[in-house]
Amino acid sequence: MSWDLVFILLVDGLANGAVYLLAGIGLVLIFSVTRVVFVPFGDVVAFAALTLAAFEAGRLPPTIGLVALLAVLATGAEAWRLWRAGQPEGILRAILGWGLLPLTPCALAYLAAGSDRPAAVQIAAAILLVLPITPLIARLTLQPIADASVLVLLMVSLVLHFLLSGLGLLFFGAEGTRTRPLTGLAWNIAEGYSVSGQIIMMVVAALLLSLLFYLAFEYTLTGKALRATAVNRRGARLVGIRPAHTALLVYSCASLLAGMIGVLVAPVTTMYYDSGFVIGLKSFIAAIIGAMVSYPLTAAGALVVGVSESFASYWSGALKDAIVFGLLIPVLMLRSAMAQQVEEEVDEIDP
Amino acid sequence: MSRRFNHTLVAGSVLAIALLPAALGDFGVALANDVGISVLVVLGLVLLTGVGGATSFGQAAFVGIAAYASAWLTTVHGASPWLGLLFATTVTGGAALAIGMLTLRLGGHYLPLSTIAWGLAIAMLFGNIEALGRHTGLANIPALQLGPWSLLDARAIYYLIWTIVGLAFLFCHNLLGSRAGRAIRSLRGGSTLLASVGADAYRVRLSLFVTAALLAAVAGWLYAHKNRYISPSPFGLRASIEYLLMAICGGVGHLAGALLGPGLLLALKNLLQDALPMLSKSGERLETLAFGVVFIALLQRARGGAMGFVGRHLGRQATLTPAKPTTVSPLPRRRLPPPGAEVLRVQGVVKRFGGLVAVDGVSFSVAAGEIVGLIGPNGAGKSTLFNLLTGTLPLSAGAVSFCGRDIGGLSARTIASLGMARSFQHVKLRPNMSLIDNVALGAHLRSGCGMLRGGLRLDRREERQIAAEALRQLERIGLAERAFELAGSLPLGTQRVLEVGRALAADPVLLVLDEPAAGLRKLEKRALAELLRRLREEGVTILIVEHDMDFVMKLVDRLVVMNFGAKLLEGTPAAVRADPRVQDAYLGSVA
Repeated sequence: MSWDLVFILLVDGLANGAVYLLAGIGLVLIFSVTRVVFVPFGDVVAFAALTLAAFEAGRLPPTIGLVALLAVLATGAEAWRLWRAGQPEGILRAILGWGLLPLTPCALAYLAAGSDRPAAVQIAAAILLVLPITPLIARLTLQPIADASVLVLLMVSLVLHFLLSGLGLLFFGAEGTRTRPLTGLAWNIAEGYSVSGQIIMMVVAALLLSLLFYLAFEYTLTGKALRATAVNRRGARLVGIRPAHTALLVYSCASLLAGMIGVLVAPVTTMYYDSGFVIGLKSFIAAIIGAMVSYPLTAAGALVVGVSESFASYWSGALKDAIVFGLLIPVLMLRSAMAQQVEEEVDEIDP
Repeated sequence: MSRRFNHTLVAGSVLAIALLPAALGDFGVALANDVGISVLVVLGLVLLTGVGGATSFGQAAFVGIAAYASAWLTTVHGASPWLGLLFATTVTGGAALAIGMLTLRLGGHYLPLSTIAWGLAIAMLFGNIEALGRHTGLANIPALQLGPWSLLDARAIYYLIWTIVGLAFLFCHNLLGSRAGRAIRSLRGGSTLLASVGADAYRVRLSLFVTAALLAAVAGWLYAHKNRYISPSPFGLRASIEYLLMAICGGVGHLAGALLGPGLLLALKNLLQDALPMLSKSGERLETLAFGVVFIALLQRARGGAMGFVGRHLGRQATLTPAKPTTVSPLPRRRLPPPGAEVLRVQGVVKRFGGLVAVDGVSFSVAAGEIVGLIGPNGAGKSTLFNLLTGTLPLSAGAVSFCGRDIGGLSARTIASLGMARSFQHVKLRPNMSLIDNVALGAHLRSGCGMLRGGLRLDRREERQIAAEALRQLERIGLAERAFELAGSLPLGTQRVLEVGRALAADPVLLVLDEPAAGLRKLEKRALAELLRRLREEGVTILIVEHDMDFVMKLVDRLVVMNFGAKLLEGTPAAVRADPRVQDAYLGSVA
């Protein structure tokens, strides 16, 4: 293996790692606050990429229909809950919050569609359009069983992936797309050693966004509320932090991250309606290296996963995913050995 | 409902399954074959996930390993499918053993996550190995041949599939009612509970994991030789999750759920496949959606599945049924040390948690035939000391010897096997098991039948002995009339007494009780004290950690008083009561 090959693989690994870092942050964010291992994260990434591709092709993105469907269902669920709880006066607010608010980006997207819009507008519209997907899905499926065991939540979340990829197929179709690169620039370090501007952008975006999240967690009251919920849910509830609100907030943040990841990977990978799953699973491995709670360790894990993937794909393109998933087992064993042995009764699935 | 009703139900089901092909068309028989194969996999999941509490998102991978193993052997090497069965089960069992050894020690949600990882990785391997035909798979797999009969026809293989399902059912039912089954049903109580009766939770879980994989292996073998063509797609993550959905749909805690779930789900799936294309051109796409919606609705609304509705009208899980005591020889008993001989010696025991010294150089001893009480105010280090003695926590320094043997570095399980039986401060009983089963769990180490003998009912003599012993202990603690009630239906106080019964079933040299009187009413306390005194007369030695001064003072021969992690003093109840240091420790110093 020559040095320039190692260099290419490392740079590739770094770019993968940047994606897994962002996705890993999203997963850790959701897990620490809601105890949900959010498997369908990757599907939202794929939706963002496909939305951007539709904008570029000058078509109206099918995402509008998807968001509208979810908004109608969520509004219905919320209205039904309020009606049964004997609070019909709250229904109007529910319609505004769960119906009209998610539909706003749809209207914007409708206006932004058309072949001659600048790339920045299309990107912003794509990110905004997928933003409501995660909170709406979570409201429909996870919120009603927020207090169930981690295991039940994990099952729901796995099934959600299949549900979302089914919706993806229905709305986006089976064709794969790749969007235009965000920049055509490249950086020549030396003869035969160059890094494309796209990859630099991905790495820089990952670093900037993680810094932003770090600052928000450390220095804002909302960030502190999220951390408090992550440390102790009951304790947070006792000091007046509403778990449903914090959950809604983290799902929105995660959705935002997923949208950005989608826009960043769309030019470098051909995305299909179900490509997100693998991205999600690999970020998981990163998140698990960080024990699902630590952000810096998740970053390190993302780098390890990204680089191993790029080297594995050189060794055997067909088996690279199998190799990366195989990586999870030694990681889990290490985690389990390091974890304090706390005696806990096993969760029951049936109540 | 009565036993007789259950027998009628079983006989009716067998008859219905036997006559079903006559009533069904070819399509229906093919569907019934698929149901039968899924039932085998789901049976394994019910054991592993529903009863044993270890969730697997990778069961379809085991089906795949077996299917590919047998298909490869029979197509590439032209071997007989029956040899293929042997090969398939060996390979799958070996794979499950290896994966299980790697992952089953994982705690919490890490175990299910790891099953996703290996489930995906194995399914990906199938599609990438040249010898296994990559994504096209293997074709022309020979059909099964049973003597002169070919089982190519769907109606012919139907009887083979459902005979195997019936046998597997019987095996699992017997297994759950056996000694190994009691350990399996206790897995959810945590490994400390199992260690306290001398069972190794990891090994129980591992053998359960392999059993579930072997059931999946038989299913995979049947699948390969029934369809005569295999490709990677039915062994992926999605298939694993469908098996889990079937299990939950039927009722993951009940064996009968394994029969109902696949039947319900495959029938529904079939119905959807017929109906959806009429609704829309993209019928296949809607199928995934419908699958997702059904599963999520089930998890949100009815996690008990079909058996959650039916189950409460049927008989409960298998429980021990004792024969007349005169007809069985009792279980062998341990030789107890002579009265007055030293049973337990604690020397300079120290436990540090980081900088905190929870137990600081405590020494005392317990002689055979006496009741010693360990008391002290809250935070004195009593419970930590208790955990050190029983091996639940490792010592930082000092030595503990039990019956002359140094037990300082031994595991809780080994210490239990030497004859130290314990109860728990927070009661650890299995609420869904009968009283007699809970007590019989205590006799785990006095018997030796494993899963295989349990499943094949070759353990009858030993089971009768265990039942008789468990009933004897229930009589001893005064709960014999309630032997077949569920432990969860007892009030807390009685549950504590039941824990003493379980400890007694181990035929212990030393009984270590962690706050047995907490939560008991006055009459119950008196009865418990009476019971403990009687046990002392029978030669059982007892160490009690207790808060309730009144209870302890009237009961024990000697007291060890602890305060701030150290031993304050040791003496008779009267001497302790009179000591001003004890009064200070409990009530605060006046000065």
